[in-house]
Amino acid sequence: MSLNKLTIAEARDALKKGDVTSVELTEACLSEIEGAGALNAFVHKTPEIALEQAKAADTRIKSGDAPAMCGIPLGIKDLFATKGVATQAASNILEGFKPEYESTVTQNLWDAGAVMLGKLSMDEFAMGSSNETACYGPVVNPWKVDERQLTPGGSSGGSAAAVAADLCLAATGTDTGGSIRQPAAFTGIVGIKPTYGRVSRWGVVAFASSLDQAGPMTKSVRDAAIMLGTMCSHDPKDSTSADIPVPDFEAALTGDIRGKKIGIPKEYRLEGMPAEIGKLWDDGIAMLKDAGAEIVDISLPHTKYALPAYYVVAPAEASSNLARYDGVRYGHRAKLAAGEGIVDMYEKTRAEGFGPEVQRRVMIGTYVLSAGFYDAYYNRARKVRALIKRDFEQVFAQGIDAILTPATPSSAFGLGEMADADPVAMYLNDVFTVTVNLAGLPGISVPCGLDSKGLPLGLQLIGRPWEEGDLLNHAHVLEQAAGFAAKPEKWW
Amino acid sequence: MSIDIDTARKVAHLARIRVPEEHLPELAQELSNILTFMEQLNEVDVEGVEPMTSVTPMRLKRRVDEVTDGGYQDKILKNAPDAREGFFAVPKVVE
Repeated sequence: MSLNKLTIAEARDALKKGDVTSVELTEACLSEIEGAGALNAFVHKTPEIALEQAKAADTRIKSGDAPAMCGIPLGIKDLFATKGVATQAASNILEGFKPEYESTVTQNLWDAGAVMLGKLSMDEFAMGSSNETACYGPVVNPWKVDERQLTPGGSSGGSAAAVAADLCLAATGTDTGGSIRQPAAFTGIVGIKPTYGRVSRWGVVAFASSLDQAGPMTKSVRDAAIMLGTMCSHDPKDSTSADIPVPDFEAALTGDIRGKKIGIPKEYRLEGMPAEIGKLWDDGIAMLKDAGAEIVDISLPHTKYALPAYYVVAPAEASSNLARYDGVRYGHRAKLAAGEGIVDMYEKTRAEGFGPEVQRRVMIGTYVLSAGFYDAYYNRARKVRALIKRDFEQVFAQGIDAILTPATPSSAFGLGEMADADPVAMYLNDVFTVTVNLAGLPGISVPCGLDSKGLPLGLQLIGRPWEEGDLLNHAHVLEQAAGFAAKPEKWW
Repeated sequence: MSIDIDTARKVAHLARIRVPEEHLPELAQELSNILTFMEQLNEVDVEGVEPMTSVTPMRLKRRVDEVTDGGYQDKILKNAPDAREGFFAVPKVVE
């Protein structure tokens, strides 16, 4: 088997035994990346850094002091600040920006000996569900069943495509409304968004600070457990980072969920939901039941209002976070005509630097925060958000351990197919995932089958706050039962 | 609530994004559609509900108010489009 196709767990064991070196693993990935230009996933490649880190990892492994992630080649979403390496959140406004600092998440990974292959494309500022808003042009899904090119989903579409196509062993993603879980489902891989506060946001380009969380995108649930453990830490540089111990997530994968209570929320059975999605969900319910879990019908009555609440709260926070892109301290600055002043500089810089979807969201956010509308929109949305969170608290208080839902309302769609649609139609992609961000809970997408076209579909499990270990164990059981082993056929 | 062209112009200016006059009608329409979608929130009874301020119940940490970081002006200015004599340079702000 080609080394780039290994899981983290397989590579870790082979490295430890001395069967392979990190340099060999890294070279295998670098050569796959070179041959995968058609996917447009890696947008800033760092082969020199990768080989240097791989050599250091090999020395460390030989010395016998190697954590699980040591020597593992990874792709990094363009949203993470990486010292001296282009970091532009897939936006023209950050063209040429090379941070003088490293994000806490990536620093944790490098401290553990992981290897950076390069930066991965995404929707601009993580705003999108198809990777089509990236300044680099869209990423192409390695899954292909006819002449159409499909989206890998978004916003972590480059990460999803790179992992599904075996260009790297795993990748980092971020998730504000579903940006890890939806692309994971569209590409047949695993993606987990941890509890809000589990992972430091320091050095991650901010979209909506009360919703953003980083997480791993991997080929298996075990890999997600291993990599998440390394990404998590308490970080004094992020005041919302939780000061609680990080458990051994891999040790939680016992495969035993007997007696656990799985909630099935009736509000997620949407009108007009494709029959295939409904069937996948029913199959997942049967698998968890067979594994000895108790299936409980539950109600999350405010589900319907999650998307509209999200599309007030997220743009409001984005309009504030993105105010920093003004052409003064970093990134793009528009050329000014004679006599133009500083307001012209701000307005022209931002018009040139931000793409249409980012401009739209910044303006919506500006509107809902403006005098006279703040109460009607923003405060009301924050109240509805409190009710959405209360829905989950009530079912967990009834003894529910995890909630099973579909991950997405469809399989991957064609690039360009949503171009003429209303922006609101694109927002519906996040209908099953966005509640989890609003409530700050952990959620994981697990590939569970193929639809009739031969494209992957995923199910989502939602866990109790801070119980990522238990959630991963449920996901592990679902993964084993579903036995999803399909890979995209190589066409690129 | 629908947004008229004057409101769209005002919002674009508040957001410091230059929108050409001929694009304002389309922008107004798009913003109106999104606001219509948000108006579903009016169906929810929020009487007595406190707006959420923090999704996880945590107290922000306090520390002694002292300088713990800094002293690297060159790094701060490194990515600036226009830095001169240790400062960020911008067009004239005051007459």
